[in-house]
Amino acid sequence: MAYFDAASTEPLHPAAREALLGALEGGWADPQRLYGSARRSRMLLERARAQVAAAFGARADETSFTSSGTQAIHLGVLGTLHARRRAGRHLVVGAVEHSSVLHAAGRHEREGGTVTTVGVDRTGRVDPEEFAAALRPDTALACLQSANHEVGTLQPVAEVAEACRAARVPLLVDAAQSAGRAPILGGWSLLTASAHKWGGPPGVGVLVVRKNTRWRSPLPEDERESRRVPGFENVPAIVAAAAALEAYGAEMELDAPRLSALVDLIRERAPRLVEDVEVIGHPVERLPHLVTFSCLYVEGEALLTELDRLGFEVSSGSSCTADTLRPSHVLEAMGVITHGNVRVSLSRGTRAADVDRFLAVLPGAVRRLRQTSGVTG
Amino acid sequence: MGLKRRRAVRETPAPETPPVITGPRALVTIDALGRKCPIPIIMLAERIGEVPVGEIIAVKADDVAARTDVPAWCRMKSQDFVWEETLPRGWAFHVRRNY
Repeated sequence: MAYFDAASTEPLHPAAREALLGALEGGWADPQRLYGSARRSRMLLERARAQVAAAFGARADETSFTSSGTQAIHLGVLGTLHARRRAGRHLVVGAVEHSSVLHAAGRHEREGGTVTTVGVDRTGRVDPEEFAAALRPDTALACLQSANHEVGTLQPVAEVAEACRAARVPLLVDAAQSAGRAPILGGWSLLTASAHKWGGPPGVGVLVVRKNTRWRSPLPEDERESRRVPGFENVPAIVAAAAALEAYGAEMELDAPRLSALVDLIRERAPRLVEDVEVIGHPVERLPHLVTFSCLYVEGEALLTELDRLGFEVSSGSSCTADTLRPSHVLEAMGVITHGNVRVSLSRGTRAADVDRFLAVLPGAVRRLRQTSGVTG
Repeated sequence: MGLKRRRAVRETPAPETPPVITGPRALVTIDALGRKCPIPIIMLAERIGEVPVGEIIAVKADDVAARTDVPAWCRMKSQDFVWEETLPRGWAFHVRRNY
């Protein structure tokens, strides 16, 4: 079985497993208490915080751990809107942000705020000038992902950050898909990430709030995590997350170019091997490990099931695989085929032989499904 | 590669006054109402040959995915997406056969 769904979650890194087991022994106590076992727990927590902060180019006291990337986004978005409500109630988001950003925006709108959604081009990329033009004197916050989770396109974060700085609007960068895989660019006011995307355990998100950024928790008061995140910290998982980030980040410096070459191979071969296939997402400004393509006349779910039967675990943005019947908002915003969609995202150490085997079985899988639905060509 | 911007900045809440869009009528209309994508696209691909080159075929569908898929199919297959008609239930997508 070849696992090609790293964008959903990366398998636990061995360094994370080792750190997790160690921290279950040494980091179980309440880090806020004053006795010996608590001090050990606190020391582990603060060391992990320093590691993660350093990897993101932030200060430790700016960095908090949440229970997920989604929670980090909810807190980051709603907390900034809350703290800056006197500056204005306008929010700017990219059209292809993660659903957690769009759902937080939807809630803001229902509560009387306004939202501007900046569209994307065919590759899924926002235009920095268009994004800049959406910023207004009453804009409380702007949100832009570092890279898209469905098609891998990198967003022009540096340009947008510059525009936000000029307009004195804080920028939240959702780095869930790129953290650990690609360098984090500066210029943001808030940064969010999720540990299980870089080989850490599930249940650890990261929220960084820059020192000069107005932010106030939208939730009831709680003293944990510098009053930013409520609830008892999962110290063992946080320690494992930090260990994974360090190990994974170091390995990716070497492995990312190799994975990127495998992605290039799929980008080049899939449309040649299979008729009526469109590779989507930016060909160059993209994540190293992710490629998405759509096969005409094929149901996404049926294709996933067939590929699973053949030994390949992939994901899809096609509507029939989602909880809702709506097609993926990402594919819709890009104006590309929403059915027959396959997202291949390679995890650490994916073998070239597995990619070759995938390319060998793909044409037959698509052909069989097209024959079943009566497509002759 | 088509890098044309597809959607301009959208303000919400939007002043919902959609212009009444009309366009040339179709010679043949396919009924794919109640069918999920990709069925409407499969039917369109199979039956576009029923109209002469330069003429218009329409496909009626109520799967919202078709609103993205029909124009995207036209772009991929070098056919012309002409206009989208809003029906009491769903839409009728009008396509000009180019070849």
